[in-house]
Amino acid sequence: MSKVPYISMKKITKTFGKVIANNNINLEVNSGEIHALLGENGAGKSTLMNILSGIYTPDRGSIFISGKEEKFSSPKDAIHAKIGMIHQHFKLVEVMTSLENIMLGQKTGFFVNKRKLAKELKILSDQYGLEVDLNKRVYDMAVGEKQILEILKVLYRGAKILVLDEPTTVFTPQETKKLFQIMYKMKQLGCALIFISHKMDEVIEVSDKVTILRKGETIVTVDTKDTSPENLAELMVGHPVDLSINRVKVKAKETLLEVKNLKVVDEDGIESLKDLSFDIKAGEILGVAGIVNSGQKEICEAIAGMQPVKAGKIIFQGEDLVGKNTRDILKKGISMSFIPEDRLGMGLVGSMDMVDNLMLKEYHSQKGFFIDKKPAVARANDIIKKLQVKTPGIHYPIKNLSGGNIQKILLGRELASDPKLLIMAYPVRGLDINTCYKIYDLINEQKKNGVGILLISEDLDVLIQLSDRIMVVCSGEVTGMLQAEKATKEGIGLMMTGHKSKVKEA
Amino acid sequence: MLRFVKRDEISKRKSIMIKIASVMLALVIFGIFIIFLKKNPIQVYQSMIKGSFGSAYSTKETIKLAIPLCIAALGVSVAFKMQFWNIGAEGQIMMGAFFASMFALKMPNLPRPMLLILMMAGGVLGGSLWALIPAIFKAKWKTNETIVTLMMNYIAIKWVTFLQYGPLKDPKAKGFPKIANFTQNAILPDLFGVHIGWIFALILVVVVYIFMKYTKKGYEIAVLGESEKTALYSGINIKKTIIISILLSGGLCGLVGMIQASGVSGTLAYNVSGGVGFTAIIVAWLSSLSAPIILVISILFAALEQGGSFIQSSFGIPEAAAQILQATILFFVLGSEFFIKFKIERKVGDAL
Repeated sequence: MSKVPYISMKKITKTFGKVIANNNINLEVNSGEIHALLGENGAGKSTLMNILSGIYTPDRGSIFISGKEEKFSSPKDAIHAKIGMIHQHFKLVEVMTSLENIMLGQKTGFFVNKRKLAKELKILSDQYGLEVDLNKRVYDMAVGEKQILEILKVLYRGAKILVLDEPTTVFTPQETKKLFQIMYKMKQLGCALIFISHKMDEVIEVSDKVTILRKGETIVTVDTKDTSPENLAELMVGHPVDLSINRVKVKAKETLLEVKNLKVVDEDGIESLKDLSFDIKAGEILGVAGIVNSGQKEICEAIAGMQPVKAGKIIFQGEDLVGKNTRDILKKGISMSFIPEDRLGMGLVGSMDMVDNLMLKEYHSQKGFFIDKKPAVARANDIIKKLQVKTPGIHYPIKNLSGGNIQKILLGRELASDPKLLIMAYPVRGLDINTCYKIYDLINEQKKNGVGILLISEDLDVLIQLSDRIMVVCSGEVTGMLQAEKATKEGIGLMMTGHKSKVKEA
Repeated sequence: MLRFVKRDEISKRKSIMIKIASVMLALVIFGIFIIFLKKNPIQVYQSMIKGSFGSAYSTKETIKLAIPLCIAALGVSVAFKMQFWNIGAEGQIMMGAFFASMFALKMPNLPRPMLLILMMAGGVLGGSLWALIPAIFKAKWKTNETIVTLMMNYIAIKWVTFLQYGPLKDPKAKGFPKIANFTQNAILPDLFGVHIGWIFALILVVVVYIFMKYTKKGYEIAVLGESEKTALYSGINIKKTIIISILLSGGLCGLVGMIQASGVSGTLAYNVSGGVGFTAIIVAWLSSLSAPIILVISILFAALEQGGSFIQSSFGIPEAAAQILQATILFFVLGSEFFIKFKIERKVGDAL
């Protein structure tokens, strides 16, 4: 390795309004190195990488590539400097094939020699061990395939520096492994890779060095071999964290919810849930694992009465909920909180304040024509205190709050309604470690009180540690029902892609 | 180099300052235009103010213009709050006027209070039924309400035109295509020299404000406007809420039709609305759908119109030129939204 680092970012500062996203950040990455960038949400990882890839221009600071100072005024300049970024949300055109996606935006002249391009791509993908079907359309691809296509795309544009922004969030363990293979290969071929993540074990597994950011500042760069998950978590958060989740033992009680042969058909007539059956007991956490869009959302919506049910039964405390409207189902003590990717899509109204949002589910049980906001005001103050919501006031539009605080408001409202059945989809999506653990505690507390919990999550580690049983779904079908204590990530991963478990739950 | 930076949030005061500045700028630009017409802009502006508020008479005229704008804008705002883009106020006003006029023409000898109440009910009914059609289409088949409400304007206008030139043409008008004048019983009484529509407007501002802010239905409309998914999730009956708010929106516009026919023109005519339904959309939008601000903005708009026609006669400035002023102000105020969301900064040098 040469003495001059391949990439060197010096004293990078970037502010958005009053928020300092990056404050004097330094980062050095060598060629043939996988460098992990670790930090909580809002630590400034994405901002820093957007600066490196020319999307933002820094307020201050400089970037050196192979010792030469570069000034990027657009992503084009960054591509020219051999920097390729793989975004968390893929930048692909769904209806086009792989080949067409790679061709997009290339200066190929008026006519395109597809055959020549295909040949070049073939060589490239063999070199790096990428498997891409050039004629497959993007909408037919699994997330893993899309990612590999993205990588091929930036490699074709000549990238030697690859930035991967939280690439494994929605992956199965198998897909993650495949990605890591590709990353090792690229490393051998002298590329520099920057890997953004907040999953400690992945960082330890794949990276050579780790730079930790906290609140927009560089905390430290360490060699991965000298560190441990606990150590990294402490550096990330700023104080020691206990990374273990306790599974609370609660004696199995009566069955609370029984779903029988549930069938849901979407607007296009495609079955999004095919013959799904499961049950939840009081005081039990049933985890649901699956690739995105395997039917998780439909399960939630069907139980909450938001989704028409084609066939089957949803029996809650001996009563069939199918055909009942949402309001009646709410009244029976079923709480559903689904945290969508934008956090606000379902369950909260962004432009309204906390008080108005807390009223959302119970204002209609008030008598008369007018609304009484006093109880909600009291509850708002209560939730702020209990969950440590940071807000300028209860009458502040919640869309201006940080994601974590928005989520606390939603969870606070759901828990305050004293539900009997709690449906939580992605409850810790995008939250910092401390808040995550606080929420796990809250879930366990509910469990102790005899609440039945349906927990949907992308994080298999958490599911295994927190749930009593895990149900694996794949394209609307149950492919496995496991005792969480005996489950392994790899086993769940296989079922997530459709391999049915041979051992049905006892 | 300059660049635009998104503002995190902006204080109310600052955003009002920006809007006032944009109006000032529009006045300056139009002033330059007046200089091209070889007139003194300061004199022209002075006489505009004089023309709209200078005398008791001109003030009354301004108020008469403000009444329909205010009520129609209130109506539009109820639908807009739900993000139902009701562009059909013009047609709803026409149909309200039509229904109200039917009572006035067919039962001209009913006692005045009774006839007026019937006409008001008719106006509200006509407007809300006309608005209901696109609402049902939307709730049932998810049609685009912008297009449907817009097109239904023309159906309503042409329907009244047809009546005026055809079946309802007054035989006593010596071949002149007009509908017979209402009897005195069908004319809104005056209070302080202006027909009592102004009292309706004031009451409705308060009612709509309270409705949107302190009632369950108002709350549901706001939730539904923000996100249909959230509304569904909280158990709001979406179709019912759409229908109710649209009935309300159309009903208010229909009432405007009644007021204009009865209080201003004294009969039904194809120009009884005269574009109020379109201007009301702008008023509602500029007021950020807030009822009290709608009251203020509609008076300002009325003053602009009244002052505009005054300078036409006193300075011989053509009507089209006066309309340029309105358009310029609008252009600048709408453009100022950009500066409320963004601010301009000098690009900081890359020096270390």
